Amino acid sequence: MDGIHDLGGKHGYGQVDREVDEPTFHAPWEAKVFSLMLASGPAGAWLCSDRFRHLVERVDPVSYLSDGYYGRWLGGIEIGLVEAGVLSQEAIQSRYIELGGLKSDRVAASPVGNPEPLGDFPQEFHSQREVPQARYSVGDSVITDTQVKHGHTRLPAYARGKKGKIVACHGGWVYPDSNAHGKGEDPQNLYTVEFQGEELWGENSEPMSLCLDLFEPYLHLIQSEEA
Amino acid sequence: MSHGHDHEHELLPQAIRTEAIESLLLEKGLLTPNAVDEVIARYAERIGPMNGAKIVAKAWKDPEFKKRLLDNGTDAIEEFDLEGGQVEKLVVVENTPTEHNAVVCTLCSCYPWAVLGLPPKWYKDPAYRSRIVREPRKVLAEMGLELASDVSIKVWDSSAEVRYMVLPMPPEHLSDEVLAQQSEAQLAELISRDSMIGVEVLG
Repeated sequence: MDGIHDLGGKHGYGQVDREVDEPTFHAPWEAKVFSLMLASGPAGAWLCSDRFRHLVERVDPVSYLSDGYYGRWLGGIEIGLVEAGVLSQEAIQSRYIELGGLKSDRVAASPVGNPEPLGDFPQEFHSQREVPQARYSVGDSVITDTQVKHGHTRLPAYARGKKGKIVACHGGWVYPDSNAHGKGEDPQNLYTVEFQGEELWGENSEPMSLCLDLFEPYLHLIQSEEA
Repeated sequence: MSHGHDHEHELLPQAIRTEAIESLLLEKGLLTPNAVDEVIARYAERIGPMNGAKIVAKAWKDPEFKKRLLDNGTDAIEEFDLEGGQVEKLVVVENTPTEHNAVVCTLCSCYPWAVLGLPPKWYKDPAYRSRIVREPRKVLAEMGLELASDVSIKVWDSSAEVRYMVLPMPPEHLSDEVLAQQSEAQLAELISRDSMIGVEVLG
């Protein structure tokens, strides 16, 4: 989806603000959100990182930018819990008001009524799978897909329709575009593709190159190395 | 941070909402009361960049290990028996006098937790995520790392489940002799988290 989360190459966010001696958690609530993330999976809110990432992508865009990392996680957790029917948003909101929250506060989570299926919570997180032989090999020139998906995808907008070269093949991995939506693992070959700065950002780009890990369906062959 | 509310304790709305969801899950028995203590013990104490530093220190001292680490990071770090998740596949990329690598995740904030701990705030903020893929030399210079013009820059945007860690160069003043004398534990003290993300060169 063309969401606020897809930040690569966007202008206007200013300088990187590095904190000296930064604590792991800045406040007790951040550590609590981490434990809510862990608990909300088995409780039914998500069952794979792909789904969890997509929940966070669906948080209100203003909240995504203003609530910080754990704030956006919290929004994603709320969407997941409500869509799974574990908690109602009314119950969360009324507890929020009881605890001192204001009715006028922005709510990060906008759950939808007909959530996508999930399945069973996995025994362990492991994403590598056996797949048919890779279509591409190291050295092949490829161009990335230009289609914009409404759902979860791991092809960033800045790398759509760009030419690059395959520099590594990683075998088969669960395909996030399918798995995040409860449509099965649909494992795909994964490649590291290297792009030159000029291809991504035009002729005035800094001299640089950039590597992305991209799934086979995102890629189209331009020229194989053997050719 | 003040948000203009008239709360007695000036709690952030996110802190209150966390409490609301936490209390509801506790009542339903879907959260254990000590879950948060476990998270803090795990990620604030046991898992952190000190693990990555041990790996780097060993690579500096042991060329055979370094080769294995760069060939197959996942297998090479098995002996360290790390917890913390997020490294089903680890790729280690080496910084050299002519090539500099930096790591980011523009789509979320993927990070090799088991070797570096939880990511710092700046790594998850929009400024780094938006800019390091577009103007890395400028961003690194702003962060205090001026790279010579003959050093090429490669940015790794972690868009799948492969996780990346940078193998930094030893500090320039560290002679081979000193490197050989120092223990891995002593060397690990010199290795910063940011050098393993690739936004710092050890001085």
